[in-house]
Amino acid sequence: MNMTTETIEAMERPPVTMASRLEGELLEVSMGPQHPSTHGVFRMNVALEGEIVRKLKPVFGYLHRNHEQIGEHTSYLGSMPYTDRLDYFCSMSNNWAYALSVEKLAGIEVPERAEYLRVILAELTRLQNHASLLGFLLSDMGAWGTPLMYAFREREKILDLFESLSGSRMMCDYMRFGGCRLDASDEWLARAKQIVDRFPEFLDEFEELILGNEIVIGRTQNVGKISAELAINSGITGPMVRASGVNYDIRKVDGYGFYRRFKFRIPLGEHGDTYDRLMMRALEMHESVSILQQAFAQIQPGPVLNPKVKVRAFRPPVGEAYGRIEAPKGELGFYLISDGSPNPYRYRVRPPSFINLTILEDMCLGHTVADVMVILGSVDIVMGEVDR
Amino acid sequence: MIGTGILKGMAVTARNFVGSYFDKERLITVQYPEERTPLPENYRNFPILIYDNDPQAGLRCVACKICEKECPPQCIYIVKSDDKKPDYMGKPQFYPKVFDIDISVCMSCQICVEVCPFEAIKMDKDFELSKRERFDSLLLRREQLSKSNEYYHKIHPVEAAAVDKNLADAAAAAEAKKKAAAEAAAKVAAAKATAAKTTPVPPAAGSSASTSEASS
Repeated sequence: MNMTTETIEAMERPPVTMASRLEGELLEVSMGPQHPSTHGVFRMNVALEGEIVRKLKPVFGYLHRNHEQIGEHTSYLGSMPYTDRLDYFCSMSNNWAYALSVEKLAGIEVPERAEYLRVILAELTRLQNHASLLGFLLSDMGAWGTPLMYAFREREKILDLFESLSGSRMMCDYMRFGGCRLDASDEWLARAKQIVDRFPEFLDEFEELILGNEIVIGRTQNVGKISAELAINSGITGPMVRASGVNYDIRKVDGYGFYRRFKFRIPLGEHGDTYDRLMMRALEMHESVSILQQAFAQIQPGPVLNPKVKVRAFRPPVGEAYGRIEAPKGELGFYLISDGSPNPYRYRVRPPSFINLTILEDMCLGHTVADVMVILGSVDIVMGEVDR
Repeated sequence: MIGTGILKGMAVTARNFVGSYFDKERLITVQYPEERTPLPENYRNFPILIYDNDPQAGLRCVACKICEKECPPQCIYIVKSDDKKPDYMGKPQFYPKVFDIDISVCMSCQICVEVCPFEAIKMDKDFELSKRERFDSLLLRREQLSKSNEYYHKIHPVEAAAVDKNLADAAAAAEAKKKAAAEAAAKVAAAKATAAKTTPVPPAAGSSASTSEASS
């Protein structure tokens, strides 16, 4: 085909977009969706003045899988494996949140041992999620590979535990309404205890490796500040809101499961910048280790599944329920409306990453493009959960 | 002093690097195709159908279609047979004429295993499933899915032993029940015979007693 220079120029001309039309001088850059530092298929339309971000519009939906609609068309039990695929780093805590809301809906009792197992698995999930987040965040900053591999080394030990308990490393599908699918053997508990007891060694090593590094401090302090007021008003949860100094942890507020039986503290930040959010994860891991050690000491043998709950043809009574837990990324809630049929009338997920992402623009304005990546990394998003 | 944080970090990497020559624990990877880490007992991958002794006649599946209905991604397809064959308890049952699982759709959730009342469908551990063709080779037919009970014992020894015990218990219970029913029926018949010999009983009362005893 014979192509003239005019047609090529016409094809390559960037489209006139809102930002370029309004601001005239600004350069609009589309970051993502196929960029490794955007943590999945996430795109940001950034309007730049030189290197400074003046406008930022997050664009998502590339990984949309119709999760909620599928949930409304499958049985209550059938949604359980789908919840693994929301935040694929923390399938255990997703299972728990969903099981909790169905248990609320149907008024199901959970045996004591199952509650302890749930606490143990949720805290192990928190350990591996925060460890890998630190690795990813440092990798975004340019510490290629090394911190990420150190974090993954520890994460792999926890995933091995999950695999030997539930059969799968990441898509665990372990919890059931009224308990857990299988019982953990004493050998498994001993192995888990050994790994948890050695976890502080990794935390100390990691702190020495990178958290005291001057470059990390220089890149993160005073970057992407959120005031406590903005944090509360925007509805963000989890380590993000606690980094701004807001004492809000659903484990303490709701006391779901057996969290009231454990002694632990909630680490709080002061400045709400990226450094505080980074350190929040490191400190929370110390607290998780202490919760786990208490749980290993308290757990008693017993049944793990309520025998009254039907596996097939499970029909909860008419009503609605909202169950929420403190997932590693923030408040994860499932809202269910039952009309008495085998599948929910409405199935809604309140994903922490999605809502934490809504204040991305407020955090990024006035910072450079390189900082946008660091700030995005500190939000801790998983696109499977954002897009659902 | 500025720079000490960086030097400390470098010391950690150096310690790990040198340590990997002396400490086995620091070498955390295996050279995969030659070396393999053992799979845990609970590991699951894709469903298989279990048969006893004969791959055709011994298939435990009775084509009840519960797994087909409960499967969240709807990857199972079953066609029930027209005739019946005896199952492990000797009861005539249907069997699946067609049993297909599309493993490109299956998400290994194990719900089919949980809902199966006949211990017929279990999870495989074989994970090296790369194929040269995209469509037909990922659609597993009944013949490819059928695996012997010995194979099941090999991949999940603890679970398989429990399942075998349950099945044997169920068969024994059924046998005992049959025997008891037969004995009761014989007793009733004998009683009836003696009653008929000595004093005549109204037939309605005798028949109702015999049915109630046989059903219990």
